[in-house]
Amino acid sequence: MGVYLDYAASTPLDHRVFLVMEKYYRDVFANPSSIHGYGREARQGIDVARRQVASLIGSQRREIVFTGGGTEANNLAIRGLVKANSGRHLITSVIEHPSVLEVFNELEREGYRVSYLPVNREGKISLEDLEREISDDTVLISIMMANNEVGVIQPVREIVRLAHSHGVLFHTDAIQAVGQMAIDVKDLGVDSMTLSAHKIYGPKGVGALYVKAGVQIHPLLVGGSQERKRRAGTENVPGIVGFGQAAELAKEELDERIAHYTYLRDRLIKGVLRGSEGKLTGSMDRLPNNAHFVFEGLDGEMLLMLLDNEGLAVSGGSACGAGTVLISPVLTAMGYNEEAGIRVSIGMPTTKEEIDQAIEIICSIVNKG
Amino acid sequence: MEKILVAMSGGVDSSLTAALLKEQGYHLIGVTMDVWKALDPEEEARQGGCCTLGAVEDARQTAFDLGMPYYVMNLRDTFQETVIRYFIDEYTQGRTPNPCIMCNKVVKFDILVEKAKQLGCSHVATGHYARIEYENGRYVLKKARDTHKDQTYVLYGLTQDQLAHVLFPLGGYLKEEVRKMSFERGLISADRPDSQEICFVTDNDYKGFLKREVPDELKLGPIYDMQGNRLGTHEGIALYTIGQRKGLGITSDTPLYVAELRSTDNAVIVGKKEEIFSKGLIAEKVNWIAIEDLTKPTEVTVKVRYKSLEVLAMIEPHAEGVLVTFKEEQRAVTPGQAVVFYDGDSVVGGGTITKVVK
Repeated sequence: MGVYLDYAASTPLDHRVFLVMEKYYRDVFANPSSIHGYGREARQGIDVARRQVASLIGSQRREIVFTGGGTEANNLAIRGLVKANSGRHLITSVIEHPSVLEVFNELEREGYRVSYLPVNREGKISLEDLEREISDDTVLISIMMANNEVGVIQPVREIVRLAHSHGVLFHTDAIQAVGQMAIDVKDLGVDSMTLSAHKIYGPKGVGALYVKAGVQIHPLLVGGSQERKRRAGTENVPGIVGFGQAAELAKEELDERIAHYTYLRDRLIKGVLRGSEGKLTGSMDRLPNNAHFVFEGLDGEMLLMLLDNEGLAVSGGSACGAGTVLISPVLTAMGYNEEAGIRVSIGMPTTKEEIDQAIEIICSIVNKG
Repeated sequence: MEKILVAMSGGVDSSLTAALLKEQGYHLIGVTMDVWKALDPEEEARQGGCCTLGAVEDARQTAFDLGMPYYVMNLRDTFQETVIRYFIDEYTQGRTPNPCIMCNKVVKFDILVEKAKQLGCSHVATGHYARIEYENGRYVLKKARDTHKDQTYVLYGLTQDQLAHVLFPLGGYLKEEVRKMSFERGLISADRPDSQEICFVTDNDYKGFLKREVPDELKLGPIYDMQGNRLGTHEGIALYTIGQRKGLGITSDTPLYVAELRSTDNAVIVGKKEEIFSKGLIAEKVNWIAIEDLTKPTEVTVKVRYKSLEVLAMIEPHAEGVLVTFKEEQRAVTPGQAVVFYDGDSVVGGGTITKVVK
């Protein structure tokens, strides 16, 4: 059978999460805004979930806005903060996920000025570069907590300090980081932060935006007064309940998960580097479940197809679009051009045997190259 | 069991190709070539949401239904550098290109065959209407049983090595049989209309394409008659084709046709009906299929454009390639187009028309 090592793209639904959600599909169907007992029961599910998600990141309950996924949360954060605050200049990085980058591209077309920070060979942005870009007109800085391709972690706490010292708001896309490292929004000081359920063994189609109390944000979707008027529309109750449960488990099991990921990831890196000419990309200050390799002289698209044909499911970078593999802007930004890149990401179900099998498949294919 | 890579466009022909090979027990890998931004949703919307992205979805569905792995291969850069560059250059040089021939030669049956090998596949199969037979030590390209659908004209550039690694499972079927078999198998693309001729000119308006892509290369210039009298002004030679009568914007007692597109002085030359006939042509970049080389004058039938009828001609070796002399004069022979030589059902060879012999 095949080996799935693409948990950064999506994780399976934890059975314990599924069991909690099931009740909200079968029995608790009412509209949480209804005043009757049925409605109150659904409302209770959302309240619990909000507490669970808030607890995972150290926020207050009312600072959590549930959305229809991470992309929506990133769109809401960037557009919503820009609209509710004054300033025509924005700063982000070239390695952001498309759900951030495309919003900035669009704002640029709408007349905002956007600075895109580069990264070094290790995949990190520089605080000096950032400080140079900040102007009196800067309203928002958005830098991801950890990259979706190479897993490199950005110095968010330092960036927040710098931003705030200039009176600039700071958003971070933490979709990849949540569940893989301890995150405390009070400690970090971020003004907003995006989370997604399906990266932490929760359901797809549910995300959340943390918005620090007191920060003004304009809604993306208007209509009913759900989510304190920050996100209109009847809530996806089973999804939100599942997200809450997944968040609680992620908090409870964080140390255990980090240890599991790190052990297997390091075994994988050692095996691939020993058995092939491949190179590890990015700093080791990275997510514990992420390894990303490049192989010189190979065709990235072909490499992925060959691995798939051997039953190994990994990614070439990001898994978006019509299924086409395009050259990764993240690798380009890090100064890699010709190499074929693969991202191997580990999950809770991953075993040592699977890692050894993956090493064997990768090495046998790239060495044939 | 042998592994075969099937080039899938999402259309009825390539879908049935995959289904038939699957029934014969082959292991298949399905591939759609992403060659042009037609696959971008923005472009699809611009084109009125016609077909291309939908075609990929159909190809993916068909591959899934048949239980085969399926990939979209990004060949945009190669396609841009070869086929589209060539398409634009030829038009701006006053020639009329045939991009499908170029794509078959350098993309579909070259890069795809190479990718197939890397994936452990022995052959590339496509839904083309043509047959390949091995005769007297050579792979011979033969016309399809469905002569209306026959596509040998756009396949004449295939080398022996390419022909050895290509399969055309539909060559022995009529199009109506293909439709019927697709319906019988419940293939999702069974009622998809036949594709247009040029995949990247999705609205079938090549002039609009050139105006969008290379507006700077379209320059106004003179229209002359055969005697050198200026009759009017044209909008760029790339926008005209040999034999064209309408849309010249000139008035005359007798009908006038485009006889020549001259890139040296950016001129369109028009002539009377009898002035656009020619006795023969010279073809270059010749590829031989049924024979190893042309050593003596040989009588063949030739096609000078995709949809024209075959006519009798003599072909003989020439310093620049091959000299073709028609038995009867032919109208509107067009530089840039292919001339393909036939011996009965077999493709003898073919080349690119470079000169017209008046």
